[in-house]
Amino acid sequence: MIDDLIERMLKGDKKATARLITLVENDEEKAREIVKKIYKYTGKAYIIGITGPPGSGKSTLLDKLIKQARNEGLIVGVIAIDPTSPFTGGALLGDRIRMQRHSTDPGVFIRSMATRGSLGGLAKATNDAIKVLDAYGCDIIFVETVGVGQIEVDIVKTADTVVLVTVPGLGDDIQAIKAGLMEIADIFVINKADKEGADATFFELNLMLDLEKEKWERRGWRPPIVETVAVTMKGIKDLWEAIKRHRKFLEESGEIDKKKKFRAEEEVKTIVSDSVARKISEKLKDKELSKLIDKIVKREMDPYSAAEVVLEETLGVKI
Amino acid sequence: MVERSKVRVLIAKPGLDGHDRGAKVIARALRDAGFEVIYTGIRQTPEQIVESVIQEDVDVLGISILSGAHMVLIPKILRLLEEKGLKPNEDVLVIAGGIIPPDDAQELEKMGVAKVFGPGSPINEIINFIDENLPKLKKFRGS
Ligand code: B12
Ligand SMILES: Nc1nc2c(ncn2[C@@H]2O[C@H](COP(=O)(O)OP(=O)(O)OP(=O)(O)O)[C@@H](O)[C@H]2O)c(=O)[nH]1
Ligand SMILES: [Mg+2]
Repeated sequence: MIDDLIERMLKGDKKATARLITLVENDEEKAREIVKKIYKYTGKAYIIGITGPPGSGKSTLLDKLIKQARNEGLIVGVIAIDPTSPFTGGALLGDRIRMQRHSTDPGVFIRSMATRGSLGGLAKATNDAIKVLDAYGCDIIFVETVGVGQIEVDIVKTADTVVLVTVPGLGDDIQAIKAGLMEIADIFVINKADKEGADATFFELNLMLDLEKEKWERRGWRPPIVETVAVTMKGIKDLWEAIKRHRKFLEESGEIDKKKKFRAEEEVKTIVSDSVARKISEKLKDKELSKLIDKIVKREMDPYSAAEVVLEETLGVKI
Repeated sequence: MVERSKVRVLIAKPGLDGHDRGAKVIARALRDAGFEVIYTGIRQTPEQIVESVIQEDVDVLGISILSGAHMVLIPKILRLLEEKGLKPNEDVLVIAGGIIPPDDAQELEKMGVAKVFGPGSPINEIINFIDENLPKLKKFRGS
C-alpha cells in the first residue's frame, strides 16, 4: 500500500501525498517505512519558518508570500501548525482560512497540523511531513508555527530561514525577543504597520540589534527588519526579497551546509532518544516498575539505582 | 470506536453565505469533544472545499449552509468528490447542517449526505452520529 502511495505521490498525486502525511502523523512504524523509502527523493526544497505571537498575522503574510513564490513559478508547500488542547486532545485548525484562495492552485499544497502534545511550536511529525512535501516536488515549504513563546523554538532545527513576526505595541513581545527569541530570527517583520507604534517598535528592535553588532559582523548577516501590512500588499515584496537575500547569503557563505549538518544531527539524536524511550516502555512491565517505585518511596532504593536497573533489564545497558 | 484525536473533520461553508455562527459552534464543539477540526471560513466554492478535503485528508466533511442554495451547492460538492475518486461515506463521511427544509434534507440524504442536522440539533447527537459512522469508512474498517 505504501509503495503504491509513494509511486502516486512522485507522479504528483495530491491525494496520495495527503494520505502519506496522515500516515507519518498517525503511525510511527509507517513513518519509519515511508521516510526510509522517500529520503532519496528529498533535499530539494527550501524551508522557511514563520513564527511569532498568536494573531500577529503569520497566516495572512503567508498568503501573500505564497503569491510571490507562485509568481516566480515555484511549487509551494505549506504546513500550518496550531495547538492541540491538552485537556481534550482536540484541536481547531484555522490557519487555512487566510490562504484558501490558493487551495485550488495545482502548484500549492496546504496542510494543517495539530501539535498533538509537542511543546516546541511544531508537531512531532512536522519534519517527516516536510520530507513528504519535498519528495512530492515542492521547491519551497513554508512552516507556520504555533504562537511562539520562549521555549517554542524548534523551528530553528527545521527551517533554513526563520521569519519572526511581531506587531506594534507589544511591550512583552520585545521582552521575549530580548530573552532569547532574537537568537532564532534571520528576518524580523513588524506586521500591522498600519497600527500606531510601528515606528517605535522599529526603533526599539533596531537598537537591540545594534547592541549585538559584533555578532552580526562575525556571522556576516544582520537580521533585517521589514515593516509590512499583510492585509494590503505593503512591504510584502521587501519581505520576499529579504528571504531571497538570506538564502543567497546561506548558500554563498557555506552556512547552509552547517545548517544541514546541525539539522541532521538533531534529527538523529531525537529519533534515537525517542526510540530508546519507546523500547523501554514497551519492555518494562508495569508491575516491575511499580515495585521499583515502591522501593524508592520507602527509601530502600535511590532513583539513580532504579534507573540503572531499568536500563539493564530492558536494554541490557550498563551505565 | 475510532480514536477521536486522530480523526480530522473539515467544517466548510459553501457559497455566498455569511451565517457562520452555526459552523463555528459546531467546529468548537467537535474540538471540545476531542476531534481535530479544520475550519476554512465563509464563502468557499465547492472546488475549494473538495481540494481542502483532499489536501487535509479529512475523515469527515461537515457542510454548513443557511443561504437556501443547498440544493445547488451540496450536490455539486458530492459530484466533485466522486470525480476526485472520493466516495461519500466510503472514503469520507459527509454531513450537513443549517437551514434545510425536511424534504430537501431527505433528497440530499438520498444523494449521498449521510445525515442533515437542522437548527437546535443537540451537539451530542452529532458527535454520536460521527462516532457510530466512522468505522464504516473504508480506511477504518476492521479497526
Ligand atoms: C443570526 C442570523 C443572521 C446574522 C448572521 C450572523 C452570523 N455571523 O452568523 C445576520 C444578521 C448577519 C444575518 C444576515 C442575513 N440573514 Co440571517 N439569520 C440569522 C438567524 C436569526 C439565526 C442564525 C443563527 O446564527 N443561528 C444559531 C446557530 C447556532 O444555529 P444554526 O446556524 O442553525 O446551526 C445549528 C444547526 O443548523 C446545525 N448546523 C449548522 N451548521 C452545521 C454544520 C454541520 C456539519 C452540522 C453537523 C450541523 C450544523 O447545528 C447548529 C447547532 O444546532 C436565522 C434564523 C434562524 N432562526 O435560523 C436567519 C436566517 C438564516 N437569515 C436569513 C436571511 C435571509 C438573511 C439575509 C439574506 C437577510 C437580508 N436580506 O439581508 C442576510 C444574509 C447575510 C449573509 N451574508 O449571508 C434567512 C435564510 C432564509 C433561507 N435560507 O431560505 C433566515 C433563515 C431567516 C428567515 N427565517 O428568513 N442573519
Ligand atoms: N490591521 C491589520 N490587521 C492585520 C494585518 N495582518 C493581519 N491582520 C489581521 O490580524 C488577524 C490575525 O491574522 P492571522 O493571519 O490569522 O494571524 P496569525 O498570526 O496567523 O494567527 P494565529 O495562527 O492564530 O497565531 C486577522 O484578523 C487579520 O486580518 C495587518 O497588517 N494589519
Ligand atoms: Mg495563523
